Amino acid sequence: MSRTPGRRLLVVSCGLIYFFLMLPLLVVFPISLSSAPYMQFPPPGLSWQWYERYLDDPQWIDATWRSLYIGSATAVFALALGVPLAFSLVRGKFFGRILIDRLALAPVIVPTIILSVAVYGLFAKLKLIGTWYGLVIAHTILALPFVVLVIGAGLRDFDRSLEQAAEGLGASRWRTLARVTLPLLRPSLVSAGLLAFISSFDEVVVALFLAGANMTLPKKMFDNILMEIDPTIAAVSVMQILLVSIVLVLIGRFGRGLKDSAR
Amino acid sequence: MSASAGSADLLIEGVGKRFGEVVALDHVSLQVAQGELLTILGPSGSGKTTLLKVVAGFETPDGGRVTVGGADITSLPPAKRDIGMVFQNYALFPHLSVAANVAFPLEMRNVAKPEIERRVGEALAMVELKGYEARLPRQLSGGQQQRVALARAIVFDPRLLLLDEPFGALDRKLRETMQLEVRRLQRRLGLTTIFITHDQEEALVLSDRIAVMNRGTIQQIATTTEIYERPANDFVADFVGESNIFHGTMSAPGTVTLDGGRALQVCSDKPAGTKVGVLMRPERFAGSGANAFTGEVIESVYLGTSFKLRLACEGGLELLVRQPARGALPAAGTKVTVGIDPESIHVF
Amino acid sequence: MTGRGFLPALPALILLFVFFLFPVVRMLGFSLEGGTLDWYAKALGEQLYLRVFWNTFEIALLVTFFCLLLGYPLGFLMATTTPFWATVGFIFVLLPLWTSVLVRTYAWMVLLGRNGVFNRTLMEAGIISDPIPLLHNFTGVLIGMVHVLLPYMVLPIYGAVRKVDPAIPAAAAGLGASSFSIFRRIYLPLTLNGIFAGSVLVFVLSLGFFITPALLGGGRVMMIAVLIEQQVREALNWPFAAALSAVLLVFTFAVYALAQRFTRTETESAR
Repeated sequence: MSRTPGRRLLVVSCGLIYFFLMLPLLVVFPISLSSAPYMQFPPPGLSWQWYERYLDDPQWIDATWRSLYIGSATAVFALALGVPLAFSLVRGKFFGRILIDRLALAPVIVPTIILSVAVYGLFAKLKLIGTWYGLVIAHTILALPFVVLVIGAGLRDFDRSLEQAAEGLGASRWRTLARVTLPLLRPSLVSAGLLAFISSFDEVVVALFLAGANMTLPKKMFDNILMEIDPTIAAVSVMQILLVSIVLVLIGRFGRGLKDSAR
Repeated sequence: MSASAGSADLLIEGVGKRFGEVVALDHVSLQVAQGELLTILGPSGSGKTTLLKVVAGFETPDGGRVTVGGADITSLPPAKRDIGMVFQNYALFPHLSVAANVAFPLEMRNVAKPEIERRVGEALAMVELKGYEARLPRQLSGGQQQRVALARAIVFDPRLLLLDEPFGALDRKLRETMQLEVRRLQRRLGLTTIFITHDQEEALVLSDRIAVMNRGTIQQIATTTEIYERPANDFVADFVGESNIFHGTMSAPGTVTLDGGRALQVCSDKPAGTKVGVLMRPERFAGSGANAFTGEVIESVYLGTSFKLRLACEGGLELLVRQPARGALPAAGTKVTVGIDPESIHVF
Repeated sequence: MTGRGFLPALPALILLFVFFLFPVVRMLGFSLEGGTLDWYAKALGEQLYLRVFWNTFEIALLVTFFCLLLGYPLGFLMATTTPFWATVGFIFVLLPLWTSVLVRTYAWMVLLGRNGVFNRTLMEAGIISDPIPLLHNFTGVLIGMVHVLLPYMVLPIYGAVRKVDPAIPAAAAGLGASSFSIFRRIYLPLTLNGIFAGSVLVFVLSLGFFITPALLGGGRVMMIAVLIEQQVREALNWPFAAALSAVLLVFTFAVYALAQRFTRTETESAR
């Protein structure tokens, strides 16, 4: 089947589509190394000036750190809340389970702009605008569906006779969880945690409303794109792409297959 | 309960379990003596796995009692039951080494470190797996995995050993070796054991006694010879071994008239007029006997040590017969005469 | 609650109720301020806003169409190629998926701008004499959104094609079917569910899209999410923003509900 003309046509058109997908990621690399003082393509010469400008600008660095710890906190909270939730949804038998399942996945379906505006309205009242934990709360809600989906898939594939064996051998519920269930779910936990982190690290709409004067990296980028397009943003983009690549490699290496992370 | 309960180690009394409309266990009662190996034999869906789960504590029965050594364990969680179990797929912890797998039940009982090491060493020696301590389960062969599962199930001196179809995944040769090894180990440790299987041959090899189950009830509990020679009903006769089963009526003492009209001489003192079943094992037929049958060969198979023949006899009787393989295999259409003595016919 | 296993869900549930369900309901409540439906009348009655809704709908439909057009071949190839190339394919789909929307949107601005990569290249090659307007218009938004949403189409289609037992098309080929008829008679009907799931997902996500139209549309392509943001941040008109949100939300859920009914009858009739 691989040698038919139809197949060849498929491969060629897919090559073009992949080019379309990767083009925006690739184009920022040469621009970030441009020696021109403004956006110019192809770059007249090479320099590290935009990386230097990023590193020397306390605003950029500040925003980067903030995004990093908000992302980390989001991953921790989303796991802490999402893992038990996934256990409940997969293994529990109670009234309203399906309704709760829908609710947990709703943050993906409800347009982010609506969530942002709604939470913005509430947080303005509660004086939570501009606080890091306000953002963590909102990002945790957005990350919960990923955690529930990934951990849920892991749990559905879990061989329950292993837990029965542990209990039969004298382990209490908690020790079974700690010694057998969670260690075996580790790949799913790694994937879910990294996805929660990256979803927060990339998130911009909620941050636009809730971050206030305390910039996160995406919000700083958004403002920069609106104000002045200088290649600093290309340098930031390159670093962002590299970070995502590292995360994907980590998921591929320690997580539960790339395929599951996509769902 | 009864006086015999005194010698029973495991006692199951009137245990019932239903899943919605389906009755998985219908008031099942049985007892297993100290050190005995009892096999629960039945087809899938017979309730044998549910019964095992009730004993292990993974299912709560709707009614009835399970006691071990006189102590009621019916509502005890699995962790508190002290039962060693070998699962169908072994259920070895894939993230733990062989040694850590075997140490698991001891750790859960807070046994001291040096003591754990000593007992794990002993258990692994017993299943001949010394030197494999650091391996992960996936680095072992099927037979080795099963030995680990066995070591893990006995290392903590359980009150009871449960074996849930443990040989299913092994090839024939290995299966036979492992069966004998399990038997030897069980005898040596004097462990009261319940063994679940759907394989009647395996049941005959391993057991002290067999309980045949079907549709949530126990059809017969007896020794292996009893089960094979004197099955209690059609189901047991048919499920264990090859058989010719017919139905009829006692027409006189020592004579059964089959529903087709044919009369058979049997050894039975059932009164005349009783409806009975008749079992003739294929290997009990000889060249001649008190009851002679002549028939045409419909099908013949060469089995190495024996011939297996299917005969169409007068009166519409169809017989399955095994004969020692001597001479040429009778071809289809050949007339053959066989006979069977009254004492080789089981009437129930 | 009755039953077992509910307790572990409780903390997450409290979070979802307090910081998701409650604020959304609270905000939607603003739209009924004064006990009238005036704000809804404005949203659905005035030509200006009806146009925005129509625009949004049109863009979502076109984005879905192009995503399907580009996504099916990708998903199909990834599902039918060797494991190595499938992994490579996955990386090239997941890397853009998890790269910030901002990075991608910025890159498209670089590529599509008046002095962007495309126009420069085409002009230097002498194919065009004046730059083609690709940015701050409908085309730019469309390209950007298709790029962002394409992975959401590829993954369900990949899953659906994977589920087709390779023996079935092989059998069809053995029976003399051409590659085209194998695709039309075997793969297409067997992967309809994946096509449907991907299309619904892309369509619904398009409806609420904000960043890409805000940046690539340059204020000239108004979508509903952009309008909501303007009403809250610039006009400070909460009741109207709430009414617009309510309409968008109802529309989104309606599409989902419809899709779910459709898939259910699909699977039932398949049995």
